[in-house]
Amino acid sequence: MILVKKLVKRFGPLTVLRELDFSVAEGEFVALLGPNGAGKTTLLRILATLSRPTSGLVRIASYQLTQAGPELRAQLGVVSHQPLLYGDLTARENLIFYGKLYGISQERIQEVLELVGLGSRQDDLVRTYSRGMQQRLAIGRAILHNPKILLLDEPHTGLDQEAGEILDRVLQEVALEGRTVVMTSHDLVRAASLATRIDLLSRGKITASTPAQGLSSGDLVDFYRTALAGGRGKA
Amino acid sequence: MKPKPRLLTVLDLLAAVSVLAAAGLVFFYAPVEQMMGAVQKVFYFHVATAWVGMLGFGVAAVSGILYLQREEERYDVAGSAAVEISLVFFLIAIIMGSIWARPIWNTWWTWDPRLTTAAIVELIFAAYLLLRSGVDDPERRARFSAIYAIFGFISVPLTFISIRLLRTIHPVVIGSAEAASQGGFNMDDPMKTAFFFSLAAFSILFADLLWHRVRLGELQRKVIALRFKSYEEED
Amino acid sequence: MLVFSLLVILIFNFALELDLQARTSLSAGILWATFIFAGTIGLNRSLAVEKDRGCLDGLLLAPVDRSVIYFGKAVGNLLFMLIVEAIVLPLFSFLYAFNVFQPGFLLVVLLGSIGYAAVGTLLSTMVVQARTRDILLPILLFPLTLPVVIAAVKGSQGFFQSLPYEEFSVWINILVAYDLIFIAVAMMVFDFVLED
Repeated sequence: MILVKKLVKRFGPLTVLRELDFSVAEGEFVALLGPNGAGKTTLLRILATLSRPTSGLVRIASYQLTQAGPELRAQLGVVSHQPLLYGDLTARENLIFYGKLYGISQERIQEVLELVGLGSRQDDLVRTYSRGMQQRLAIGRAILHNPKILLLDEPHTGLDQEAGEILDRVLQEVALEGRTVVMTSHDLVRAASLATRIDLLSRGKITASTPAQGLSSGDLVDFYRTALAGGRGKA
Repeated sequence: MKPKPRLLTVLDLLAAVSVLAAAGLVFFYAPVEQMMGAVQKVFYFHVATAWVGMLGFGVAAVSGILYLQREEERYDVAGSAAVEISLVFFLIAIIMGSIWARPIWNTWWTWDPRLTTAAIVELIFAAYLLLRSGVDDPERRARFSAIYAIFGFISVPLTFISIRLLRTIHPVVIGSAEAASQGGFNMDDPMKTAFFFSLAAFSILFADLLWHRVRLGELQRKVIALRFKSYEEED
Repeated sequence: MLVFSLLVILIFNFALELDLQARTSLSAGILWATFIFAGTIGLNRSLAVEKDRGCLDGLLLAPVDRSVIYFGKAVGNLLFMLIVEAIVLPLFSFLYAFNVFQPGFLLVVLLGSIGYAAVGTLLSTMVVQARTRDILLPILLFPLTLPVVIAAVKGSQGFFQSLPYEEFSVWINILVAYDLIFIAVAMMVFDFVLED
């Protein structure tokens, strides 16, 4: 579904992604972990077509990234750091607006609102929403058009325990619908509970990978530590 | 760091010699103009620097187009160098225009088309440099500068035509029959020689300065790149 | 916006203390100064809304051509200016005893607004991604839109002073030329403004 080969991304003199290789098969849920500044957000933005690679091959759903246009974007759903929502509109109005961009029916909008648990607050201004609710609405916006691929950038940031659990429930339901998901995260344990595979991104490259099922939290921490240490060694 | 090319040294000498020669021609060869007296000699440098300044603007606009098409950083360096130098050239032109205007029209400044357009071009250059200082990402800065240079360059003819239609007391310099009555003058041959030589001399000077400034820009880039490399190796 | 525009007109009125003669020649200038200031504020706010919660990315993710975003924004900005103008003009007409409902004059207003919105939308999209935001937009925009301002003022003046059309039709031509040229260039260049 997603194929990345030798991806390089430079911002002027700063090289963030160094010949990164990465691939995701259809239906997989990959959690991308790594220290700050490793390039997770950059990679995600490139996959989301919001940023252009400096060089390298990126293929998503059989579209070449550099030639892709609106058709590719119709297959993507993105939840980024920022909510991408208009504070002065209500939740429903937000979805109606985005719905018009994607050609979505009213029923689907209602369905999505119920799915993320915001049906009762749909006519409240987004400005009044808590962070957790905004995140859920953001996910709603991302799945509105039933994309095959979902890209999430640290969606649990700023959420308390309860909100985080609600989000997890939504994510699990969403993932179960057969989508391919890539999620960056800082939260090792949570990532493991949601994902089918964990990849580690360190200093611009994927340095380690492991299937997520059946690992204890001890295993996870070991994996993380060794992988990081390995990545930091001088080549 | 590439050593200074022989050709550049030659160009340095050529620029220095030709500007001095132009000055010589202007002061000793061209006759003193009947009606305006010695101050008219300012004209040679005034027009030369203004035309070369506009040439610089053209260089910046073309560099902009080339950068957008090819994304090679040297076009961005060339464009910003051209704007910086043209900024100074235009300033010289405006000041000289002022010096000329004072004894002739009895005022330091007039809102006539050419002078006003020159002031506007200066403002566009200043805006260009301000834009550059407000964008941190080098590629974005290059792109935005390129776009602004193109827009700016296209707007100048329209602006000039508009102002020209609005009002005029600037002398129509070359060969017009009513030139004298408007404060203009006809040029005879020694004057023409001095004029075209000045034009050539300042063009050479511009090219010389541009080359130097571009080398400086390249050097800056290398320094920044090296600095980043050393940060990364520290880890 | 409405209040702002009305205030500007009132301030001009008292600051300049125009007699009837001076009024007809200066009033076009006052009118357009008002429109320009209101337009600039509208442009800033329009893009600030998108920057606020990252909504610009939201638009970029949509399965539409990037140029659609430009047009959408530009038309939005144009409508904003037109609404302000629709409110200010009748008031202006009342204060300065001038009939605003001449089709030629309204054409000048429309053409001028289009030119300003077209270039303004492009530049404000750039500026909203830079650091020195608010003040940077007027600095970048004003020198480039001078032909619009001059032509719009002179064109308006022609109608205010009831001059024969041939005398000032050149200004309408300039407006049309400016609009066509800059909309074309903006469309060619807009993708580059949005890239990362």
